[in-house]
Amino acid sequence: MTHLLSIADLGRDGIEEVLSVAEAFAEVERRPIPKVPTLRGRAVATLFFEESTRTRLSFETAAKRLSADVLSFSAASSSVKKGESIRDTVETIEAMGMDALIVRHASAGVPAQVSRWVRRCKVVNGGDGWHEHPTQALLDCFTVRQAKGAIEGLRVLIVGDIRHSRVARSQVLAYSALGAAVTLAAPGSLLPPSLDGWPVAVAGDLDAALPDADVVSVLRLQAERGSGAFVPSLREYAAHWGLTARRVARMHPQAVLTHPGPMIRGVEIAGDVADLPRTLATRQVTNGVAVRMAVLFLLLGGHGTTVPRAAG
Amino acid sequence: MAERERSHTRGGVFVPRSQILSASDVHRALVRMSHEVAERNGGLDDVVLIGLQTGGVPLAVIMATLLTEAESAAVPVGTLDVAFYRDDFGLRPVLPEAVTDVPCDLTGRVVVLVDDVLFTGRTIRAALNALGDFGRARTVQLAVMVDRGHRELPIRPDFVGKNLPTRRDEMVDVSEHGVVIGSLQ
Repeated sequence: MTHLLSIADLGRDGIEEVLSVAEAFAEVERRPIPKVPTLRGRAVATLFFEESTRTRLSFETAAKRLSADVLSFSAASSSVKKGESIRDTVETIEAMGMDALIVRHASAGVPAQVSRWVRRCKVVNGGDGWHEHPTQALLDCFTVRQAKGAIEGLRVLIVGDIRHSRVARSQVLAYSALGAAVTLAAPGSLLPPSLDGWPVAVAGDLDAALPDADVVSVLRLQAERGSGAFVPSLREYAAHWGLTARRVARMHPQAVLTHPGPMIRGVEIAGDVADLPRTLATRQVTNGVAVRMAVLFLLLGGHGTTVPRAAG
Repeated sequence: MAERERSHTRGGVFVPRSQILSASDVHRALVRMSHEVAERNGGLDDVVLIGLQTGGVPLAVIMATLLTEAESAAVPVGTLDVAFYRDDFGLRPVLPEAVTDVPCDLTGRVVVLVDDVLFTGRTIRAALNALGDFGRARTVQLAVMVDRGHRELPIRPDFVGKNLPTRRDEMVDVSEHGVVIGSLQ
């Protein structure tokens, strides 16, 4: 793996490799001392030009559990405020001897651009605008596979603000690469302007689509990206597209719910639904660390078995 | 890890040259080593067998069965994959089937590491580091089916099935079906 910018970089084999290595790290997390010396002497920097709780903490925890050194950069308290460009910022951080950069930015394509500027660092997309959030989709697949046994043949229903969601784009690629059938359910205004080339079906009616789903991926209304203007009101959105207890009752008894967080209870998901055993949000967070350990491990020189490599 | 399994990651195939131990030789060695474990420790109190992934695991399982029969007391048996503790990091793949499963807290226990081949000693060094994360064992002992020499670290086995002088470029394949010496081609 050179960089992880998009799920498309991985393909089915690459995704399977990450998931199987993540299995090994999930076991490490259950140990009395959940830390291994694998990346001792390596340094990982998180470069976040946009706020985050989960992704940054998860990557930093993952790096620390692999014994890597972690440097945390946040644009709000940096020289970016004085006008330093992203390129100069990246070159400065790389010059400090970093081995991997986790980049988040409100604009699509910034991690890819950063990957062209770096000399030897590996770049991981930690979420770029509406484009992609590959590690989120990987941890969703890992969690669903853990709950359902396999992804192949599952029917995945993605509900909510798909237009502004980088998670949705990564999920569509990952779930379909692993052989699941993906359906999108959203008000017309929150669907992407074009779905040309997307391997998905669209459901106009959430209530009709719910009974057929094995996995329901609930997405947050991205108010910071202006979603508010795309719906008449939050209450109306919640009434038509929110996962309420009444809607969950329509789901198959074995079907599960995922949510990438942060959850806005009472809008896209009702408070009591968020706390149901079939809602895997907390498990997703736990698994996120193992999956990001696997990504860092594979990027910084380790390998699983799907890609046999000559070694000496 | 079994050398034969590892051979594909080095871009070659294992070509056998001669059989060193037959299946019954291996079984007899396992019976003897099991008795030695019980003898050395005055029984099986606190003894835990840990098989190193992947070659040591089946041997540890057989030894645990033999010990249970001989001493009429159950011995906990676990598995350990040291991929994340190796100093030649990245040279060996993380095998999905190579699970780490340590059945109990190792604090105060007598841990017997079981592996198929003792070579440079680096796997055992990594295993000792890994064990530390599961508690402070009272003592750690090492049982190997084959000691092939060429140590690069001050590590020695406590129980040996067969001392087998080898050339560095040779490979030794161990299973319950026998011990075969060969090379990578």
